[in-house]
Amino acid sequence: MENVAWMAWTAPTAVFFVLLAGTLALMTWLALAYPEAERVGILRIPTTRGDRLFVSLISAAVIHLVWIGTAGTDTIATIPVGEGIDVSSLWLATAISLVFGVAVFRTV
Amino acid sequence: MDKTVNQKAWLLVAPVFLIVAFSAVLPLMTVVNYSVQDTFGNNQFFWNGIGWFKELLDPSTDLGSRFFASLWRNLFFSAVILAIEIPLGIVVALSMPREGWRVAACLVILALPLLIPWNVVGTIWQVFGRPDIGLLGYTLNHLGVNYNYVSNEIDAWATIIVMDVWHWTSLVALLCYAGLKSIPDAYYQAAQIDGASRWAVFTAIQLPKMKRVLLIAGLLRFMDSFMIYTEPFVVTGGGPGNSTTFISIELVKIALGQFDLGKAAALSLVYNLIILITCWIFYTVMTNAGADHKARTGEA
Repeated sequence: MENVAWMAWTAPTAVFFVLLAGTLALMTWLALAYPEAERVGILRIPTTRGDRLFVSLISAAVIHLVWIGTAGTDTIATIPVGEGIDVSSLWLATAISLVFGVAVFRTV
Repeated sequence: MDKTVNQKAWLLVAPVFLIVAFSAVLPLMTVVNYSVQDTFGNNQFFWNGIGWFKELLDPSTDLGSRFFASLWRNLFFSAVILAIEIPLGIVVALSMPREGWRVAACLVILALPLLIPWNVVGTIWQVFGRPDIGLLGYTLNHLGVNYNYVSNEIDAWATIIVMDVWHWTSLVALLCYAGLKSIPDAYYQAAQIDGASRWAVFTAIQLPKMKRVLLIAGLLRFMDSFMIYTEPFVVTGGGPGNSTTFISIELVKIALGQFDLGKAAALSLVYNLIILITCWIFYTVMTNAGADHKARTGEA
């Protein structure tokens, strides 16, 4: 671990990157197992699954940043586990991003 | 004839993947790690969650106010240079000769500024504008114009805008010229038969034919000017005050001047996101403009 100390890993960012790598691996497998053709959606540009994933990931980043900038990150609920885990309102942005991602995959 | 599918060729691309991983992916992952932590050096990090992002996006904090101020400054700079370079580039391209030895001469002269490295362009203009020894600064001051880019904000802005126009209008002009050259003579002959005016030829033939190259030129110049660092840094150093501090200059100040790695990382990620979105639009527009064109003209 000494060798990667400069990268300053944390558990949450590690989980984030593992999920991201998992998504990319899944998409690669999907592309090999079920090849697909491009299709034209509401943006009127031909897109593949990969394009739609890219658009939804970028949108998720923008949605989270806009949420932090406008709505803030107040606690909206407390999960009664141990001393209680505060749930930030930023999870609402995550929920919006997921819904938006599904919409992108269906319509773009 | 059926092609055999052989994926072994991917092995030949492996070195590229390795280099990109080393030079781009791992450093970018480190930036993400930094953005959620605070450090006092010596590889000691403290968890800060989304704290830096909250500060960055809140204009009432120091970090937020600096970020938004430099962002607006940068967008304003990009808008001004686009508003000058695009029309000027078109005018230059339209007035270039169509054939003969003068074409080569014009192309070489236009290509010259593009070949000069950014820091050299910065140095040239830094000296050129100095009121004591610079040709431009000395002349202007002798003509009675009180020009000093070191102490006056408007002079500093004028200098870097003129410098950028000097450096990059050629690119727009060359792209437009390429677009103009691709128009077949038949269009001009038809226009002549119809008795079209010079203006009508421009709006009905030349401008539509230059649409694609203009789009490319506009997006290229936007991205370049949005990421500009070296030239204003060499000429004004971001001053006077903070009046010409663009995002990249602010970023370097925070990361290397103050050594606030967490703040700088959060700022770089947001900056990176803006550029990524612009790149995606650029790529999509370019590939699809080509597809539309092919579909219309019936090419394969």
